[in-house]
Amino acid sequence: MQIKSLDELKKIRENSLKKVNLRQTGESDSPHTEILVGMSTCGIASGARETLNALVEEVNNNNLMDVKVIQVGCIGLCHSEPIVQVNRPNEKPVVYGKIDAQTGREIIKEHIINGKVLDQYVIDADFARP
Amino acid sequence: MSNYRINIMVCGGTGCLASEGDKVIRNLELILKARGYDKEVQVVKTGCFGFCEQGPIIKIHPDNVFYVKVKPQDAKEIIDEHIIKGRKVERLLYEEPNMQKKIEEHENMPFYQKQLRVALRNCGLVNPEDIHEYIAFDGYAALGKVLTKMTPDEVIEEIQQSGLRGRGGGGFPTGLKWKFTRQSKADQKYIICNADEGDPGAFMDRSILEGDPHSVLESMAIAGYAIGADYGYIYIRAEYPLAIERLNVAIKQAREAGLLGKDLFGTGFNFDIDIKYGAGAFVCGEETALIHSLEGKRGEPTYKPPYPAESGYKGMPTSVNNVETFANIPPIILKGAKWFSSIGSEKSKGTKVFALAGKVNNVGLVEVPMGITLREIIYDIGGGIQHGKKFKAVQTGGPSGGVITEKDLDTPIDYESLMGIGSMMGSGGMIVMDEDNCMVNIAKFYLEFTMEESCGRCTPCRVGTKRMYEILQKITDGEGSMDDLQNLKELSHMIKGSSLCGLGQTAPNPVLSTMHFFWDEYVAHVNDKHCPTGECTGLAKYKIIPEKCVGCTACARVCPVDCIEGEVKKVHVIDESRCIKCGACFNTCKFSAIVKP
Ligand SMILES: Cc1cc2nc3c(=O)[nH]c(=O)nc-3n(C[C@H](O)[C@H](O)[C@H](O)COP(=O)(O)O)c2cc1C
Ligand code: SF4
Ligand code: SF4
Ligand code: SF4
Ligand code: FES
Repeated sequence: MQIKSLDELKKIRENSLKKVNLRQTGESDSPHTEILVGMSTCGIASGARETLNALVEEVNNNNLMDVKVIQVGCIGLCHSEPIVQVNRPNEKPVVYGKIDAQTGREIIKEHIINGKVLDQYVIDADFARP
Repeated sequence: MSNYRINIMVCGGTGCLASEGDKVIRNLELILKARGYDKEVQVVKTGCFGFCEQGPIIKIHPDNVFYVKVKPQDAKEIIDEHIIKGRKVERLLYEEPNMQKKIEEHENMPFYQKQLRVALRNCGLVNPEDIHEYIAFDGYAALGKVLTKMTPDEVIEEIQQSGLRGRGGGGFPTGLKWKFTRQSKADQKYIICNADEGDPGAFMDRSILEGDPHSVLESMAIAGYAIGADYGYIYIRAEYPLAIERLNVAIKQAREAGLLGKDLFGTGFNFDIDIKYGAGAFVCGEETALIHSLEGKRGEPTYKPPYPAESGYKGMPTSVNNVETFANIPPIILKGAKWFSSIGSEKSKGTKVFALAGKVNNVGLVEVPMGITLREIIYDIGGGIQHGKKFKAVQTGGPSGGVITEKDLDTPIDYESLMGIGSMMGSGGMIVMDEDNCMVNIAKFYLEFTMEESCGRCTPCRVGTKRMYEILQKITDGEGSMDDLQNLKELSHMIKGSSLCGLGQTAPNPVLSTMHFFWDEYVAHVNDKHCPTGECTGLAKYKIIPEKCVGCTACARVCPVDCIEGEVKKVHVIDESRCIKCGACFNTCKFSAIVKP
């Protein structure tokens, strides 16, 4: 396609952004939300990979440019896997337990977009990034 | 488009590819596929991260983890541990040598902390072979803005206000050069990108072209609009095959996207670019010689004026700008002249890319704000001198520059201050020397280079550099006299004063500056027939100190000419008449019993 105006360039830019959005540029010190997913053996066994991919998909579908989904190692809470932690700038981290793909999508909709914590899935744990 | 959740960025710069980076990429892709993760994880081949010493380099997003010295066989562990299980591969993290601490995020490495990336902004961040990635990071937005919202005079004004000066060595204000070229009346004008990069040890321009070719194409079109040219040439040395390949891909993609060619952004402005190959002669980097070479003539400089801005390629007004100069243009257009001029020193604005080489720990490509000190570059970014040795000097400005010593290390770097201490900015080669480097030898190295690269047009340059080289050879062979030193000085001034182009005018600089700062070293060579560093093998005398020798026989066993005598557990002796000064014994003795000079 030939780009014949600034608007067309902008459109291509927006479509391409998804492809590079994961990458941190030295300049992007704008605070962003991090969603951490435990991807230990037990996490994967209980479906963390599906959860993770569902989260990534929702983030992309909703064009959430300032949200990063990051996988982390085991944190020793195997009974509650898959575990998802949401770190929003200037807010206390929230840890969710037993999150399947469907609940993962709910987290994006309710917590990330609407800012409402899903109390029924919250577990009491410190899930610091290793 | 697939929803990738992880980007594995692998350096595809010349340095890393030379250390099997391409195999790393292939293995990563194969294993991802075998594990069924190739739809979730993408491998991206980028340009140089600058940390070539530690290559091949991998950076993983969004985790922001940086792996160094990655071997092809490490691909499996990276995928099985990091990608699948989220566990970092500790052993591949960079270990900070001074604190002996592993660092995972590259922002926390001292090597990157003092850097500011403007010209290199996309190197290591984008896939240079994908125009969409460049566009995602604001690529071609500056060209769009210029064509649809600014007049050529406003573009020139913006560049002038920014204070950008040519990065090819001369430091001439870029906006002013464009203004002169715009003011020249002619039916046809040209833009030339100087990608000859002849300074030995420099690889800034190559890395920009390899890592972010579109930024140069975009800027050439902007420059074309500003001066009123519809055609541009990139003059690049044929020894840069990877850069050429990436440029060709980039030009093709830009044409397909309508960003080069006819009627750009629907404004009626046309601009296209062609690549021309140089044979890699240093003098062809000089703009008039470059233009002759481009015209198919001998690559010889001619007298200026007339400047290319009035009469350049095919006698038409031409603006010749350096690769790195071009790479600075889009951010200036998008962020404004004020932003750019807030970086740097009073008279030198913005950043400069240096190719850091020689005896520093972190050999690589660094971009720093002007006004930073050499000490910060060498010690904070460069990690200090290798093997804990002592710093002796640093050469900036390549074969046209001079040495800078300890006492000037705190000088803030800009065009004027480097001139003030007897060197120059040049194109950005920076070679660090330690206590083992003989300064006469260094001067000889540069003179040999300029002697071979002289185009031969002017007698003082052609014959003079050869005479100077011969004298330096004599001195390092131990056959020099005080008269020779005097002759060197006279020849230097004569060549400087009577050469036509910058090559000859600056060729004697390394000799003059080493003589100025290390006169004693020259005198030691001629009077005492002694090379204080021992680097001049012709003058070296290896001796065994009897008190220190424990008779381990190691030296005798490595000596290629068997000139070391001695029995086990007894003091050994070198027969100096037969010694060929290879230094093998010196490097072998674990008891520091062998002394060099
Ligand atoms: C001997 C000699 C070699 C040069 N080599 C280069 C070179 O390799 N690359 C370069 O950009 N400029 C080189 N120059 C400087 C060019 O003549 C010219 O000033 C420069 O390309 C202008 O671009 P700028 O204003 O963007 O720096 C050289 C000059 C001389 C005298
Ligand atoms: S100074 Fe040397 S390189 Fe330059 S034109 Fe004269 S002979 Fe050629
Ligand atoms: S290596 Fe050193 S200690 Fe051993 S015999 Fe030679 S001089 Fe002596
Ligand atoms: S310098 Fe080389 S040739 Fe001379 S004594 Fe040592 S090992 Fe033998
Ligand atoms: S070539 Fe890979 S870091 Fe420079």
